[in-house]
Amino acid sequence: MMNISMNKACNVQLGTVIKGKWHQNSYKILKALGFGATGAVYLAESSSGLAALKLSENSMGVISEVNVLKRLAKVQGTSLGPYLIDVDDWHNHASGKVLPFYVMEYVKGEHLITFIKKKGTVWIDVLIIQLLSNLELLHQSGWVFGDLKPDNIIVTGPPPKIRCIDVGGTTIAGRSIKEFTEFFDRGYWELGTRKAEPAYDLFAVAMIMINAVFPKRFSKKGNGKEQLQQIIHSHPYLKERKHVLTKALFGSYSSASAMKKDLLHFPSAATQQKRAAVQTKKQSAASRSSKHKRKKKGGGVLETFVIVVFLAVLYSVYVFAYLL
Amino acid sequence: MMRKGTLKQILLLTDGCSNHGEDPIAMAALANEHGITVNVIGVVEESVIDQEAMKEIEGIAASGGGVSQVVYAHQLSQTVQMVTRKAMTQTLQGVVNQELKHILGKSASIEELPPEQRGEIIEVVDELGETVNLEILILVDTSASMGPKLETVKEALFDLSISLNSRIGNNEYALFIFPGKTSDVDKILDWTPKLESLSSVFPKLTIGGMTPTGPAIKAAIQYFSQKRSFRRMLIDDEYLDEQSM
Repeated sequence: MMNISMNKACNVQLGTVIKGKWHQNSYKILKALGFGATGAVYLAESSSGLAALKLSENSMGVISEVNVLKRLAKVQGTSLGPYLIDVDDWHNHASGKVLPFYVMEYVKGEHLITFIKKKGTVWIDVLIIQLLSNLELLHQSGWVFGDLKPDNIIVTGPPPKIRCIDVGGTTIAGRSIKEFTEFFDRGYWELGTRKAEPAYDLFAVAMIMINAVFPKRFSKKGNGKEQLQQIIHSHPYLKERKHVLTKALFGSYSSASAMKKDLLHFPSAATQQKRAAVQTKKQSAASRSSKHKRKKKGGGVLETFVIVVFLAVLYSVYVFAYLL
Repeated sequence: MMRKGTLKQILLLTDGCSNHGEDPIAMAALANEHGITVNVIGVVEESVIDQEAMKEIEGIAASGGGVSQVVYAHQLSQTVQMVTRKAMTQTLQGVVNQELKHILGKSASIEELPPEQRGEIIEVVDELGETVNLEILILVDTSASMGPKLETVKEALFDLSISLNSRIGNNEYALFIFPGKTSDVDKILDWTPKLESLSSVFPKLTIGGMTPTGPAIKAAIQYFSQKRSFRRMLIDDEYLDEQSM
């Protein structure tokens, strides 16, 4: 409702050449990539190849986003955010306005949910583990990603690799989260505060996993905790990972690496849970042993057959030899 | 510049035009003079947005130095916290710009600095936004048409307190409704850091009557002044103690 006028100013014609006032670099606008509340993003041609250029009327917003990109670049070993190429102002001679802009790496790939839809849920674990590795490094540097959601996650490659675009929500740990999307925000689900801490990001990661199998987002109805537990039980992929998901949703993980470890060792973690359930439930123990017996019976038939055939062969050889 | 670092805001939630009492746009301008920012959120149900109401809503925020937004009821929570944050940043940027002018000269502003240096200024604004103390006086329209929207308003205000209480700085909230039972405005909640107390109060609110927006803003200004003079009384006492030492 609010930003139509802002987008008008950031609406440039394809083919326009944007030249920075301070650094004198030129960028030719090739096509529009997206329009958001804070401005417009274009695919541009620079002297060193393709890049993404963000143009905005809000200089404060631009500066904040640039600061975040710079921060992320300092965190060694991650590839979370696009790397920053240039920051400058553009004097639009046609309108007379001076608009701030920044140029960053053009991250090309598919949005996470689209990728999962195409390639299957088997990819979710791998990509989430990648995401958790990156988040661990970020958290160790004293920052929290904030506003983590599939719309901002692109899968590049091959080989498939997770990258994040739109990193505007990154916050210093201990401060408050200012930008969030309700579905991925633990405050909305009444399962935690909006204080920036690793658990905040891990809640969002769990919700991303849920969103990956339920592309249609749902709103909170009554008791958020119960609702989410029901959702987890309603889908096989989520139910298998109940252990990891519930820990992440209820803030029991203190670090991304702890969550990653559970996901990496996911089959054994799930088996440990099963064993605990069997000890308390006699029924499941009985059904397991009967399953075991049935399996043995099946294998037993084959063994008997082999022995019989072998004996038959031996007997035939004996008779044959005797006849000779 | 703020001595102790306190931002004062009025958050006005309404669904229509004022129809009684002083012009709310004039009252908002007065609030601004008192160092109080006036933000307005217009809550609408159907797709038909009353043009007059929109003009008034934008006008109140403009003269009050604040932010306005018109939304559908279901978007209220996100909007309330976004508007509040935006207004805080706007005010703080204004303050920082003023300081820059003092240091760099009358015509200086952030845009005149090279991009590299702007980053540091924004870090300062961000840190201020995180640590500054906040006093928000919420004015809720309880005219007849607001009846069905009040539950959403309550949830939105809860959500606002979750967001703001996650900050390092302290927050204090107060709540007025207009129209009141016997007067134009009723005080529902005294200054408190716990906005959660409104859950017991909201179900008892009576709906109906006119929309005296102007008088509501005026009452809010007076309430802020009372708080200030009480604090000044305490500070004066401290000053005297120091003097005698």
